Amino acid sequence: MSSDGVNKGRRRLLTGTVSVVGGLGVVGAAVPFLQMWQPSARARAAGAPIEVVIDKLEPGQMLQAEWRGQPIWVVRRTQEMLDALPGLRENLRDPDSDNTEQQPGYAQNEYRSVQPDLLVLIGICTHLGCSPKYVPEVEPQPFDADWKGGFFCPCHNSRFDMAGRVYGGVPAPSNLRVPPYTFVDATRIVVGIGPEGAVS
Amino acid sequence: MKRIAPRSTLTAVLLLISGTALAAGAKVPLDQAQTDLGNMASIQRGAALYVNYCQGCHSAEYMLYSRLAEDLELTEEQVERNLILTGAKIGEPMVSTMDPADATVWFGAPAPDLSVIARSRGVDWLYTYLRSFYVDPNRPIGWNNTVLANASMPHVLWQLQGIQEPVFETQTDETGVSKEVLVDLKLATPGAQTEAEYDRTIRDLVTYLEYQSEPAKLKRESMGVWVLLYLALFTFLAYLLKLEFWRDVH
Amino acid sequence: MKQPQGPIMRTATGLLHWTDQRLPVISFWNKHLGEYWAPKNFNMWYFFGSLALLVLVNQLLTGIWLTMHYKPDANEAFASVEYIMRDVPWGWLVRYMHSTGASAFFVVVYLHMFRALIYGSYRAPRELIWIFGMLIFLVLMAEAFMGYVLPWGQMSYWGAQVIISLFGAIPVIGEGLTEWIRGDYLVSDATLNRFFALHVVALPLALVALVVLHLAALHEVGSNNPDGVDIKKHKDEKGKPLDGIAFHPYYTVKDLVGVGFFGLIFAFIIFFAPEMGGWFLEHDNFVPANPLVTPEHIKPVWYFTPYYAMLRAIPDKLFGVIVMGAAVVILFFLPWLDRSKVRSIRYKGWISKTMLALFVVSFLILGWLGAQSGSTTQTLMARIFTVFYFAFFLTMPWWSAIDKTKPVPERVTE
Repeated sequence: MSSDGVNKGRRRLLTGTVSVVGGLGVVGAAVPFLQMWQPSARARAAGAPIEVVIDKLEPGQMLQAEWRGQPIWVVRRTQEMLDALPGLRENLRDPDSDNTEQQPGYAQNEYRSVQPDLLVLIGICTHLGCSPKYVPEVEPQPFDADWKGGFFCPCHNSRFDMAGRVYGGVPAPSNLRVPPYTFVDATRIVVGIGPEGAVS
Repeated sequence: MKRIAPRSTLTAVLLLISGTALAAGAKVPLDQAQTDLGNMASIQRGAALYVNYCQGCHSAEYMLYSRLAEDLELTEEQVERNLILTGAKIGEPMVSTMDPADATVWFGAPAPDLSVIARSRGVDWLYTYLRSFYVDPNRPIGWNNTVLANASMPHVLWQLQGIQEPVFETQTDETGVSKEVLVDLKLATPGAQTEAEYDRTIRDLVTYLEYQSEPAKLKRESMGVWVLLYLALFTFLAYLLKLEFWRDVH
Repeated sequence: MKQPQGPIMRTATGLLHWTDQRLPVISFWNKHLGEYWAPKNFNMWYFFGSLALLVLVNQLLTGIWLTMHYKPDANEAFASVEYIMRDVPWGWLVRYMHSTGASAFFVVVYLHMFRALIYGSYRAPRELIWIFGMLIFLVLMAEAFMGYVLPWGQMSYWGAQVIISLFGAIPVIGEGLTEWIRGDYLVSDATLNRFFALHVVALPLALVALVVLHLAALHEVGSNNPDGVDIKKHKDEKGKPLDGIAFHPYYTVKDLVGVGFFGLIFAFIIFFAPEMGGWFLEHDNFVPANPLVTPEHIKPVWYFTPYYAMLRAIPDKLFGVIVMGAAVVILFFLPWLDRSKVRSIRYKGWISKTMLALFVVSFLILGWLGAQSGSTTQTLMARIFTVFYFAFFLTMPWWSAIDKTKPVPERVTE
């Protein structure tokens, strides 16, 4: 046994090649294991878009539906509620919905909705995932003496206005999320899919 | 010489190596189904036959319609329009609308689930079984089968195949006892299809059942080729590396 | 050979040094790989040790991933396996890797044991390695049996029924014992649930612990080799055996080739014949468990068939169980049964060679018989080969001692 006449270059090249090819194999073999954590066909079928009938929804009322195990809020806002929105700008963290993660493009507007009166939100606080309370009454509240109506999260006191926009000075970092949704007709919406099949 | 579908040639070779294919419970000689999962049109025709003729009684609890759309190269709309006859939604399993209690009253037993039937029975068994019904006035449902004697399943496809009658022969064994033995089936009343057409129909149906029993089979063999090619490359390189290092030893 | 080092290498070296002062990383590496001197004449029989380790890792990884989707519940188990096969992304692949891996484990382990048999690797001073290996084999059998119950098909159910009933053959306590194992009056949800716990937690822990002991004992006394000579007798001035080479890199690169060949066969089965014609995944196991109907032809998976054939060959319940158990237990005594002057078959005489060949043949035929339905002729054959199986071991002290041996060389042959 001797190491005389060893072609160091060839040895290094082969070691490198086998390491790279073997490494690629390990990465390839890891793919199925990682993808096995993705939602299964059953979960995807269960998470399919849902239809919400809104013909019985009176102004000022909220109805709750479930999509992918999350509460979906549908609120028919009154004219007063809509009129109050512009006046809150100063107190909000993201009044113009600049954070595009929080709503689809077609809901990135003054009212954060497709049709001004109809607000559709995912009812999960952007802080740590509690579900906030719907507090539409415009009257002093223990958590805000100057309450203009909106959503209040009892877990860590985050507050949102009637468009789901987050107030400043609360733990929640961003506005409540608007799910993809689309109108089937005047009385029905589908949550989970945007107009023309847009996914977000 | 019977043609073996090219996609299953490798499997066939392996079966020869591993000895006998252990077909479950087969007592009569079985005809070869010669299914070919590479033939998508055959699977699609089989699926249409399945939902029309089988699903009235049989469920496939573990098979989702959405999977059918994905694998059979159909849109969800096409599946909803042509293959969902039970009013189910696309994300739901392919269950029959028949109440198992009713089935027990009508046929004596609930119809078995067909999700993995091709894996428990084998495609050749299914292919032979579905072509071996004959009229038997002694059975409550009027049908019997040479592959599964006294089956409680009626011949659902009789309008396609026609009506087969048994051919008996009197055989005498060594002890001199004579006995009527069923030796053959003959087509007494022709059906809507010729024999060759009916064989193709059943082949399509069995091909579909084979797919339904293991949807992953559609892609696993083509994927396997790439994995084997990769491993061959790796082995070759590892061998070169081994030779290089072992120069020190020799 | 010092080379100029960049900042990354310097940091890495520093980190290694820091760690090594607190944890014996370098000495561990050297003891088990870098300066573990393995005989340089290993042949292809020596691949199966590292392959067994590879299959163990495969079983652990795929097993962990399967438990993420499997439901150990009599009402849901069968459905959850089909759910894995269809609805879980890549579930079919991971399940086939696990089910094929189970059979591959036994192929590899049987060949590994055969290697020990032909080269006398169980002989002094390697008795403990052999005993730990046998314990691994025992735990592996329990692990495989319980794993086979989990899909809750007909064969799972009736296999569990038959195997658990074996304990009923024990006088006095038998009946109470079977009830205790099942946790019910029949094989049921309780049984499935405890088998799941044992299969995924308890036995894998035992298996890993035994593998560590097996390797620790091996690395203490050093590896045997096809010539059965002791390479430690001839060392150079630094204490390195003259016929030894470092396990790393020489055997790591060689084993990579073995891994490649094994991978080719393994992948071929997974992708092209995962049922292996009913030998790896049985047809009847695609029928959900039904406590009221026994399948027509009940047989264990192939790796248990030799022992199953012995069980069936004995026309007495208790004696049958004893014989089956003894067939495994007798292997433990192998190191003391073999009285030959030499270790390796290469230097043994014709008696040893003939006996070993006949033993292999009878083991294979018993395996085949165990998978058959058991006609009168087959039962007779099973009896003959069972007798020979035991005769091989029980008469070994005699024939191994009188058999003529050839002179063993001082150093290993190329």
